[in-house]
Amino acid sequence: MSSLTHLQRLEAESIHIMREVAAEAENPVMMYSIGKDSSVMLRLAMKAFAPGKPPFPMLHVNTGWKFRNMIEFRDQQMKELGLNLISYTNLEAQQQGINPFDHGSAYTDIMKTQALKQALDKYGFDAAFGGARRDEEKSRAKERIFSFRSANHVWDPKNQRPELWRLYNARKNKGESIRVFPLSNWTELDIWQYIYLENIPIVPLYFAAPRPVVERDGLLIMVDDERMRLKPGEVPEVKNVRFRTLGCYPLSGAVESNAATLQDVIQEMLLTTTSERQGRAIDHDSAASMEKKKREGYF
Amino acid sequence: MAHVSNLIETDIEQYLKSHQYKSLLRFITCGSVDDGKSTLIGRLLYESKMIFEDQLAALEADSKKMGTQGEQIDFALLVDGLAAEREQGITIDVAYRFFSTDRRKFIVADTPGHEQYTRNMITGASTADLAVILIDARKGVLVQSRRHSYLVSLIGIKQVVLAVNKMDLVGYSQEKYDAIVAEYLEFAKQIGLTNITPIPMSAFKGDNITENSPNMPWYTGSPLMPHLETVPIAAENPDAAFRLPVQWVNRPNLDFRGFSGVITGGTVRKGDKVKALPSGKESTVASIVLDGEIDQAVSGQSVTITLADEIDVSRGDILSAAGSPPGVSDQFEATLVWMNETALLPHRPYLLKIGARTVTANVSAIKHKVNVNTLEQLAAKSLELNEIGVCNISLEQSVAFDPYTENKDTGGFILIDRMTNETVGAGMIHFALRRAQNIHWQAVDVHKDVRAAQKAQKSCVLWFTGLSGAGKSTIANLVEKKLYAINRHTYLLDGDNVRHGLNRDLGFTDVDRVENIRRVGEVAKLMVDAGLIVLTAFISPFRAERQMVRSLLEGGEFFEVYIETPLAVAESRDVKGLYKKARQGQIKNFTGIDSPYEAPETPDIRVDTTKMSAEEAADYIVKVLEDRGMLTGGTF
Repeated sequence: MSSLTHLQRLEAESIHIMREVAAEAENPVMMYSIGKDSSVMLRLAMKAFAPGKPPFPMLHVNTGWKFRNMIEFRDQQMKELGLNLISYTNLEAQQQGINPFDHGSAYTDIMKTQALKQALDKYGFDAAFGGARRDEEKSRAKERIFSFRSANHVWDPKNQRPELWRLYNARKNKGESIRVFPLSNWTELDIWQYIYLENIPIVPLYFAAPRPVVERDGLLIMVDDERMRLKPGEVPEVKNVRFRTLGCYPLSGAVESNAATLQDVIQEMLLTTTSERQGRAIDHDSAASMEKKKREGYF
Repeated sequence: MAHVSNLIETDIEQYLKSHQYKSLLRFITCGSVDDGKSTLIGRLLYESKMIFEDQLAALEADSKKMGTQGEQIDFALLVDGLAAEREQGITIDVAYRFFSTDRRKFIVADTPGHEQYTRNMITGASTADLAVILIDARKGVLVQSRRHSYLVSLIGIKQVVLAVNKMDLVGYSQEKYDAIVAEYLEFAKQIGLTNITPIPMSAFKGDNITENSPNMPWYTGSPLMPHLETVPIAAENPDAAFRLPVQWVNRPNLDFRGFSGVITGGTVRKGDKVKALPSGKESTVASIVLDGEIDQAVSGQSVTITLADEIDVSRGDILSAAGSPPGVSDQFEATLVWMNETALLPHRPYLLKIGARTVTANVSAIKHKVNVNTLEQLAAKSLELNEIGVCNISLEQSVAFDPYTENKDTGGFILIDRMTNETVGAGMIHFALRRAQNIHWQAVDVHKDVRAAQKAQKSCVLWFTGLSGAGKSTIANLVEKKLYAINRHTYLLDGDNVRHGLNRDLGFTDVDRVENIRRVGEVAKLMVDAGLIVLTAFISPFRAERQMVRSLLEGGEFFEVYIETPLAVAESRDVKGLYKKARQGQIKNFTGIDSPYEAPETPDIRVDTTKMSAEEAADYIVKVLEDRGMLTGGTF
């Protein structure tokens, strides 16, 4: 028998990690962000525990500003797979009117980072799977697969446990929790190839379609509902666009594209020359911004 | 991601199909601080077209700002991650990088070259198929190069590339290159590295990276990238016997009972006879599940296996080929790499994780440690951070294992500190120690419960702990008198007295303190077996040792009695005049002064001597024993 392909090795590693957490953590949860990485992570979780169901719930931190299409897709997926989803929103902040237009990076902190911490605390989750990959940016390249957070959800990059062979030490001190990244060793191309090979459903927003957008600070922002605040002179224009990353619609930049099928999307990805995260507004601050965010508890 | 292939534009489906069957090579790069590791990795990323335009623009800007390479692009900046490191200009941890070509996907572990980071290198190397050892052509084979090579051989990496870098700075001299290679090969032979491919290169200039360099026409071998693309990947333990450490028992309904895990050796087929270890029970593979059912699975795959018979298998057990099962033992010889600031102490209990099993273990002896620079064997009483030693390991229960050289997954283990939960050591099993199989516990008819019942009590240990001068001995003495007065059978083991006899050979270093407590714990255990109420009065400053004694005894037999006295109060009493001497520096390693005291977090009995007299404390302790039923015998 010939040796395994790279996707088979990656799949086996991710499944191993998930089973290890299920066995050792008291109350694990899987972060489900509805994006393509989450779709792959979900498929791997289904495989890991087949013919049973994953022995943990899915958690979606909902800022209230996700694309409507994402929420529809989420609910449909959960129903089809028969999984238990917890959708958590920082209601207090929502009532205070925190929104992506007025509150900039504070919005991301309050509705994503703080909300995530609140959700983990509320349900007492001691281990949370996240779909982050090491190829996304520099500080992630050094993060362990099992990444420990103090009781205040703080990451200390200087004090990480060595990870040898396939041996993961999941023991934690009182109050500590673990973020576990089963897709650590996958690259963006691996994700797409796996989606293609396994025929994994993804949110239709990844495919090009005519959508109403406005151009703002060099990004094409989709007018997804009536809450979108148009600046003077801005008139939504219908363009053929798709999204390379998904998040809150007022913060996600679309790209003009005609890639309407999975093959087209992968082809475009392979031919393109700007990196994936450029579409995310939060990364533009500074070189060390992601590391700082992660120390503070951003996933 | 501008992978250069016409197929992307012309036939994307064909392209995807061809890329589904790429293999995966994991490798590490190791070298000294300035050998140019990060530059080499940055160069490989660049050459494999894995750098986006925006990243390249940022890199050019960064290169100018940092000013390390003049106006040239500093590829190292692509790779050096965390903010703190970028400022220091060094790599301080293990970072993983990814690139791929049309033939292979690569995962690179970038591991640092400083002396103090053996830990990181071992970590990065543990998952690597190949090692690139960098040598600065100007400097030749350094002490660090030898150390890295030794670690590579220790962790069992079979393929090595000797990258003689910075050839541009020695005028691309073949003579220099040949001398370095000859010296290295001689050394490599000594440490058992045989499969070595030397390549002269300049990562900075790009010589012999993707194509043969016109600057070194005398080199006719393969450049680095083509070599990495074609070097055979040792499929995971292809010739090994079938092994599957069970991670998870999958029982979604009454009709399905599967055992899930990664196959870490060999192949398994439906109908194969398998044996579960350590129980030794046998059965036959009924089905193999990965998504759907498959007929066979190989090393490296995560699967779920169902068996034809209902045999008892749980997490931590190993399913193996019935004809060649792993060994089972509770004592091993192993090479241990210490990875924590707190030194390894023999006899201190740690958790040992091997496969999916975690058991309590201790290092019963350090045979020798290894000077990683000279490979000299040295006597050792403990192992410090980044030290490597050959040790005997003793486990509380037997586990299934293979020698590390035969199977990394069933032969490698980590040690975990029981208090901090940190991963403190990594071990590689050599062989089981036979002794373990020949000493069996002698079963006797008159046993502990009968002996204790005869004395109208339940046997136990009252473990008094606290600072010197806290009042441990005074209170323990009073408790014993009160128990004697009501006809109970006791024995008081006093710290000072024991040190006059049984432990006369021990001093006050951390190592000796641990051994002191271990011996006292074992003696106390024998006395508990004799049916006695044992009182011990030792400072016993470390939580781990008190925990060790607790674990020697059965549940409910160990009472941790914390005699709580503030340091200032104990020092002001200074009954034996010891604090005064310690303050003057006449006594070293004195608890509370220059040696730590780890107070119990949840003692079974707490006595605050600033609120209670010794007499009151003794009454209180006897009362607790009475309430817990320790002063009534069972019915025999």
